[in-house]
Amino acid sequence: MSDRMRGRIAARFAKLKAEGRGALMPFLEAYDPDPATSMAILRGMPGAGADLIEIGVPFTDPAADGPTVQKAGQRALKAGGSLAGALAMVRDFRRDDDETPLVLMGYLNPILAYGPERFCQDCRASGVDGLIIVDMPPEEADEVQPFAEGLDMIRLVAPTTLDSRLPIVLNGASGFIYYVAITGITGTRSAEAADLAAAIPRIRAATDLPVAIGFGVRTPAQAAEAVQVADGAVVASSLIEILAGTLDAEGRATKGTVRAVLDGVRALAEGVRGARE
Amino acid sequence: MSNSLPNTLRMGPDGRGRFGEFGGRFVAETLMPNITEVQEAYEAARKDPEFDKEWRRLLKDYVGRPSPLWFAERLTNHLGGAKVYLKREELNHTGAHKINAVIAQIMLAKRMGKTRIIAETGAGQHGVATATACALFDLPCMVFMGATDVERQKPNVFRMKLLGAEVNAVTSGSATLKDAMNEALRYWVANVQDTYYCIGTVAGPAPYPQMVRDFQCVIGEETKEQCLAIEGRLPDVVVCAVGGGSSAMGIFHPFLDDSEVKLVGVEAAGHGLESGAHAAAINGGVPGVLHGNKTYLLQDRHGQIQEAHSISAGLDYPGIGPEHSWLHEIGRVEYTAATDIEALEAFQLCSKLEGIIPALESAHGLAEVIKRAPTMPKDSIIVLNLSGRGDKDIFTVAHHMGVEI
Repeated sequence: MSDRMRGRIAARFAKLKAEGRGALMPFLEAYDPDPATSMAILRGMPGAGADLIEIGVPFTDPAADGPTVQKAGQRALKAGGSLAGALAMVRDFRRDDDETPLVLMGYLNPILAYGPERFCQDCRASGVDGLIIVDMPPEEADEVQPFAEGLDMIRLVAPTTLDSRLPIVLNGASGFIYYVAITGITGTRSAEAADLAAAIPRIRAATDLPVAIGFGVRTPAQAAEAVQVADGAVVASSLIEILAGTLDAEGRATKGTVRAVLDGVRALAEGVRGARE
Repeated sequence: MSNSLPNTLRMGPDGRGRFGEFGGRFVAETLMPNITEVQEAYEAARKDPEFDKEWRRLLKDYVGRPSPLWFAERLTNHLGGAKVYLKREELNHTGAHKINAVIAQIMLAKRMGKTRIIAETGAGQHGVATATACALFDLPCMVFMGATDVERQKPNVFRMKLLGAEVNAVTSGSATLKDAMNEALRYWVANVQDTYYCIGTVAGPAPYPQMVRDFQCVIGEETKEQCLAIEGRLPDVVVCAVGGGSSAMGIFHPFLDDSEVKLVGVEAAGHGLESGAHAAAINGGVPGVLHGNKTYLLQDRHGQIQEAHSISAGLDYPGIGPEHSWLHEIGRVEYTAATDIEALEAFQLCSKLEGIIPALESAHGLAEVIKRAPTMPKDSIIVLNLSGRGDKDIFTVAHHMGVEI
């Protein structure tokens, strides 16, 4: 199968494997703090060293997220953020970049309100490659999966996921496996390197899909540690903190916002690229 | 009712935790093993006669059950129609029905070896009940409560603290009940090993809707027995207010297969259904997914959850238990609504005629009785689940009456 046919996510992981390095997967919340700024960050991410990009879809009740991502979501909603808005960003991005994989990450209710079938059609048409639906475990995947042909359904595996449950989680998974490194919410604590070193082989034994580590990966050094045991590192909260730190008193973007976030991505990319040298 | 209904409506949920299309287990992967653990522990406990015996003992000697079924003669004469009976859950220890399911859940947590209890609360009634049971069982208790509600419900905050609970004021989101539930879920994800989440209503991921309902069914079972003993037959209509809907499921469920008994759930219409400021998930919402279950929700066209409004803090929630959504869709239960003003009038009427100050939640149910009883024959029977007492609401009611206390 050609890389094109396997999809952008598989192609990107294959390319990185050939280069002998892991993937940096930065996250941004669509419309945080406004559509133009988040679009500029999205456009700049590949140049700053992002290998894949996760785009968060804002939701009023993000029960798996810590305060940093919650606040990003609130800013985004205030700026008019929605699922349709996130899809529009993807379409814009695809005008200049047909290779960097884009993954939408969010909660199920906005998808149900949009209509799962129409949502999946629009994802394909816009150039979305994969979906992470935080509150849709495999047992409830029927809500979206039947319509998701051509889209990678990225499943979460947690430290609490028992070996006996792994086959259920992996059944129907594609793209990559997202390992939630801590039992907790986003942006709170970090996993110990030893825990990751023990956890990742457990998943590898059960699947050939690439494994990315998220939740608690904050610094270039932690990103480097993550790709020493896994195939990718997802970084969200620390980049959002950088963004939040540049906003003015009213929560609006300033001149330095885009650049500060992209500098953060650049530093993480250096960590990831130097990890296996 | 149509003939296509199954022989019994009391079998739900199915193996996927669904009532029809509603319910389920929509939680993050980190929580799935917890949910499974609670499910398995509950399955084992409900089959254990010792568990039931101990729970019944506590209900009798600690909670004060059975609660009476009171013939409200003055109210009946005033309304001039059906005989009005009140199922007096407000006489329970802690002043509401919540304690029935809380005691059982804390017993379950003990069995599971959990050493910490968390709960969410809106008005504080479920928080007080949970803090009470935790004091009794000597378990540390943390109650998540929206910062807005902490401000509005100071007496209950103080009660919880007196009982030894820690009250965590939630400032995230809109700082109300739904955010308290989000925060409790977040805490649970981070403390999965030692913590039990005691949910206050018939919502959340399976098995909670079923489990809380089963523990509240004591209300309906007693009502049935008592009505048969007093009147020699079942009531014609059973009415109950619905927020999340635990008191309503508790009294409705034992009657589901008695097709001659009409069941009426009353949602909070707030300033009126057309105003947009209400808490009527079925009358004013559409199905979606929140807090682990699929059910009717107040939401905008983008699927963002909307704030509920009700004068009654206990009904101020944008969702409703999934079994109610199903009972609505199959037509077994009729869901109406009562406004803030109707509830306030019912609150005062009940106080004056019966010497019973009802909770504002229950006053919504009473408002429906006030509309319905006069249209019914004099030998017919209408039962209201008086789920809680109104002492906690006197400040709110006084404020609306323009009285300073």
